[in-house]
Amino acid sequence: MRYVRDAAAVIRSKNAGPFELTFDLMFTDKAAYDEVRHSITPERIAELYRIPVAHVLKIVHFEPALAVKITIVRPMASGALGETDVYGAQQHAPLFELTY
Amino acid sequence: MDEIRVLSPTAILGYGFPVASFEEGLRREPHVIAVDGGSTDPGPYYLGAGKSFTQRQAVKRDLELLIKAALDRRIPLIIGTAGGSGARPHVEWTWEIVEDILNETRQSASVAVIFSDVPKALIVEMIKQGRTSTCGPLEGLTPEVVAAASHVVAQMGVEPFIKALQAGADIILAGRAYDPAAFAALPIMRGFDAGLALHMGKILECAAIAAVPGSGSDCLFGRLQKDSFILEALNPARQCTEMSVAAHTLYEKSDPYLLPGPGGTLDLNSTKFRALPGGRVEVSGTRLVPTPTFTVKLEGARAIGFRTISIAGVRDPIMIDQIDSILAAVRQRVQDNFAELKDYFLQFRCYGKNGVMGDLEPTPNPGHELGIVIECVAESQEVANTICGFARSTLLHHGYPGRKSTAGNLAFPYSPSDFPAGEVFEFCVHHLMELDDPAEIFSMEWRVVK
Repeated sequence: MRYVRDAAAVIRSKNAGPFELTFDLMFTDKAAYDEVRHSITPERIAELYRIPVAHVLKIVHFEPALAVKITIVRPMASGALGETDVYGAQQHAPLFELTY
Repeated sequence: MDEIRVLSPTAILGYGFPVASFEEGLRREPHVIAVDGGSTDPGPYYLGAGKSFTQRQAVKRDLELLIKAALDRRIPLIIGTAGGSGARPHVEWTWEIVEDILNETRQSASVAVIFSDVPKALIVEMIKQGRTSTCGPLEGLTPEVVAAASHVVAQMGVEPFIKALQAGADIILAGRAYDPAAFAALPIMRGFDAGLALHMGKILECAAIAAVPGSGSDCLFGRLQKDSFILEALNPARQCTEMSVAAHTLYEKSDPYLLPGPGGTLDLNSTKFRALPGGRVEVSGTRLVPTPTFTVKLEGARAIGFRTISIAGVRDPIMIDQIDSILAAVRQRVQDNFAELKDYFLQFRCYGKNGVMGDLEPTPNPGHELGIVIECVAESQEVANTICGFARSTLLHHGYPGRKSTAGNLAFPYSPSDFPAGEVFEFCVHHLMELDDPAEIFSMEWRVVK
């Protein structure tokens, strides 16, 4: 069992519009990308973020950037009452615990 | 013409750029200078309140350089999403800066000002006709929501820009625009491939964010040819790599293969990124797939009250251990004391526990100190001040089980401890609407400075 954080060069989160939150994992070598990408499933993301699986909207593999993109429903619209992170730029840390 | 060159000075007008990079770009003889002014990233306040998230002096500094360069070379300067959100007050705010610069420097220019505010009656009519739809995980649009919004703007495509360019604008100052449109308008007008032009615009609009090391305050240069475009960073400290450019394609999007925009979707399934010597990258294969009907994205925000916050720290380990029950007790006391006030929002954010991630936090374990932000949003500033202040004083002196620190529970970094934060807005419109004509609703005004 290895941590994705050791294989990924970039692990980040950001708003994709005010109603979605998107995560990018980028790798520097194709082998690591191939090894990791299929282990990232909606179920694992849901578990990590304690959200319903249906809130994991999309997981896309984007080979030109050796990237896996995960998009979830934002916990609330950006800037709504109770907001903690208007830009969504600091929601990635749980991905550091992802293993493959 | 076998090539069209576009200079993007900075990621957002007002974010700045090194003069040396900009001059390097001018040496490459651009056909147009284009800059994006906006983003929904800073949240609903700026659109709702009609305020810019950039500062006047910073925007003026950038515009002085851009206006002079464009007018000297007789090339158009195109500004998309003026003032951050692109509603009328944002456009007028930016116009005042442009006008000041032209007058102060005795330059003359024909400025096309394009507004993106959508008449509410039109939106309501479109809702009736079933010609609006959702865009992301939210409810359908209703006339009530439209009525409540303080500003509703539509993201214009390239068409209004092309109209202004054909009419001979020296400067185009546009309201809310699809980010790539300001960059792609001239290339598309001159007959270059729309898919490539828009994809190039999509990367250029964030300027050097697509280079390594990335920067939101440095220039990026694009050359669009018949079958591809080439990107180049203009600062020797940065370069474009296949990875940096491809990675940027992911940025702030939910799906990097299909990027919807006004009138069509960019399809990147066959896109190729190829490194060229000199830190440049060539991109090819992107296609624009027109949609059967022309749709634009609407954005709107509505006022929901007034906010007051108070900031304090806690270092007492006995208190930190019981923080959840203490905050619940304080909330109850506030509720009991102001039984007649029901319609307010009160929140205690605990930094050092789950202040950053809220309910998404997998490890809400407090550290040795907590930062607490007490926040109230209510119908008036006075009520927000009252509730926040009362919650603050109650928490300061609350007696909890096992308390040893009986002089006070909170460390305040400031006096006054409470900050009225003004009006609060929320996004309420983020929907698609069909248009019969891609340019018609975007009204244009000519303002000539001699």
